[in-house]
Amino acid sequence: MAYVPLADQELELHHPHSWVTKYVWSQDHKVIAIQYGGTAIAVGLVALVLSLLMRMQLGFPETFDLIDPNSYYQSVTMHGMIMVIYLLTALFLGGFGNYLIPLMCGARDMVFPFMNMLSYWVYLVSVIILLASFFVGGGPTGAGWTLYPPQTSMAGTPGHDMGIVLMLVSLAVFIVAFTMGGLNYVVTVLQYRCRGLTMMRLPLAVWGIFVATVLGLFAFPALLVAAIMMLFDTLLGTSFFMPAVIESGTALDYDGGSPILFQHLFWFFGHPEVYIVALPAFGLVSDVLSTHARKNIFGYRMMVWAIIAIGLLSFIVWAHHMYVSGMHPYFGFFFATTTLIIAVPTALKVYNWVLTLWEGDIRMNAPMYFAIGFIFTFIHGGLTGLFLGNVVIDLPLSDTYFVVAHFHMVMGVSPILVLFAALYHWFPKMSGRMYHEGMAKLHFWCTFLGTYAIYLPMHYLGIHGVPRRYYALGTTEFMAPATQDANTAITIAALFVGISQLLFFINVFWSLRNGEKADPNPWGANTLEWQTPDTPPIHGNWGDKLPTVYRWAYDYSVPGAHEDFIPQNTPESVEPTVDEEHFDPDHDQSKADL
Amino acid sequence: MKSLKHLADKPWERKGIIGGLKPEGAFDSAAEKVALGFFLIIATIVFSLFTISYFIRMELPDWRPLTEPGQLWLNTGVLLLSSVAFQLARNKVGRGESRNVFALFLAGGLLALGFIVGQLLVWGDLQDSGVYLTPNPAASFYYLLTGIHAMHLLGGLGVWGNTSLKLASGSEPKDLRLSIELCTLYWHFLLVVWLVMFAILSNT
Repeated sequence: MAYVPLADQELELHHPHSWVTKYVWSQDHKVIAIQYGGTAIAVGLVALVLSLLMRMQLGFPETFDLIDPNSYYQSVTMHGMIMVIYLLTALFLGGFGNYLIPLMCGARDMVFPFMNMLSYWVYLVSVIILLASFFVGGGPTGAGWTLYPPQTSMAGTPGHDMGIVLMLVSLAVFIVAFTMGGLNYVVTVLQYRCRGLTMMRLPLAVWGIFVATVLGLFAFPALLVAAIMMLFDTLLGTSFFMPAVIESGTALDYDGGSPILFQHLFWFFGHPEVYIVALPAFGLVSDVLSTHARKNIFGYRMMVWAIIAIGLLSFIVWAHHMYVSGMHPYFGFFFATTTLIIAVPTALKVYNWVLTLWEGDIRMNAPMYFAIGFIFTFIHGGLTGLFLGNVVIDLPLSDTYFVVAHFHMVMGVSPILVLFAALYHWFPKMSGRMYHEGMAKLHFWCTFLGTYAIYLPMHYLGIHGVPRRYYALGTTEFMAPATQDANTAITIAALFVGISQLLFFINVFWSLRNGEKADPNPWGANTLEWQTPDTPPIHGNWGDKLPTVYRWAYDYSVPGAHEDFIPQNTPESVEPTVDEEHFDPDHDQSKADL
Repeated sequence: MKSLKHLADKPWERKGIIGGLKPEGAFDSAAEKVALGFFLIIATIVFSLFTISYFIRMELPDWRPLTEPGQLWLNTGVLLLSSVAFQLARNKVGRGESRNVFALFLAGGLLALGFIVGQLLVWGDLQDSGVYLTPNPAASFYYLLTGIHAMHLLGGLGVWGNTSLKLASGSEPKDLRLSIELCTLYWHFLLVVWLVMFAILSNT
């Protein structure tokens, strides 16, 4: 069978005929993206409320009776798991991946639209299973988001019966959903790019999402394997991870399992997971910075290779999460070294972002505020990562608020700032309306300054030795009385940040109705999604002819050009002629069946 | 891998159309095949991690070696035949023949079903001889690994059933060439996985 280039094959798009097939059982990547995004943000709000409950307890102990020690642990666990997996992973890849990949690649849709739809619905099932654990006897698991055995299954841990089972099942279902979506994203990028769009002409947003998806596809199996074996331990009484253990004076039926094995499996997934969240953020922020600085991205090839290098390295650093598990010193030395090496490509990216801004014709639009804010928080979180990557510094800081501050800066605040940058940046394309600029900037300042007010003091608490995951600190010799004052201040800041997120929702819902009608390309951007014939793009994206790409995505402020941007589908001055003799009308792209 | 040769491009220098008149994928194969390739890598990672866990767990003191029943050799033969039948069907359809393609394809799937039944019989025999899921971790791993492998086969049988129905309802084999090819590839993969699993399970 002769090979027929994919994007050229007659594509059968399932045209929706009713409201249900258009907005509910939709196979349109843009609708699926919004479904993914909406669900992720909704479940993220649950996690936000949980964090505020924890902060109320820490800031004002014995004042409010909102949560008890058990529900504190459950909140810690659910907050972490929801934020990392069900919000960030789902929103970056399921949301932005779905929306941007076909548009930026000049395709009509994903390669497997039905599987794409299935991916969302299975994801929704995983979210429902997860949230169901709030309503079962014993409540959700309180084992911490790392779910370390044996304490996950011990009677002292809240949710040790049904809660942990639902959590593991939900994770397994999520992985199935992610795999279906992920195969779509990867194959679409590889096989479905429009004419002239080589891999090295792809916008960095697509590169980031692409490599992150590959990481996800290869890393989530470790979590799946761990979840399956732990389900066996919990439900069927095997001892894969459960060691011989005595609970309230009674020996349990377990014997000989290896809790450390679970830790290895978990972190073999867990560390790439950091980059599954970070790489899409790197990619999206690169495009936002370049567009609003009216300057080409500095060091495009270096940026691509850095993304790939970070992706590869992220698989050999996992045990830096386990320095205190009693590992051999040489083992720790190896992982400390790889951890520090991964800082090199990461630092390259930071330099390139700053150099992209250098002498740019910077437009201080709201997405640019968030993007520049991200550079600050990411440098901050990255530098504390260098501290914790070293074994000798990690040992005393392990399980203190320093760690909490570090990972919230680097993979909480930083990706969230990029998410907001991206949401504001692409909102005009997604909705056809402009958002309220002033409200967006106010939202930025509240979020940026507010999160600094939360996490900066936490570093000091950590250095001071305040342990994480404690329901109440009580009175201890080594903790200064000011510790409680700091905690109170942090809680006030957290409440402020939490409430100020309303600005975003008010802005979105207000703008959807009353926002100014958006120009098809309000930022003067080069990438293909801004060149669609309709805004928002309709099903099929490109009218009757797929775009052709003549240049990379970063031709901004080109000397001698009429405007300060040249879209990717703008031909050179000399239009390449079509060879009539060899032109096969059957494969004419303009005939792609809608 | 057409597009990979552009990885060293300096995209800011080169303008104009790169490539032919039509869009080009990174691989000269159907999207489904590329997707299956990725899926096989994912499945390899899953089985590798189980294998690594198996070897780590084996080092711990409560491990008691298991004697695998001889029937596993028979099951292995059945799975091998299943793969052979798929390969023959694929060869025929590759040459454009349609005679016996359906029969061979059907036989491949049925033999795989036979393999799964054989595996279940071994499970039954083990239970009869007092080897349960617990407490011996070697037995736990035996049930776990064979179960996960059988589930992968069942997933493949889903696709096989779908394709068989199409063939049975009169579709031309050449129109289903891709499905037959992908099934064959997947079956060979699961055969290799089973051979590796069989080897490590036997070496306790």
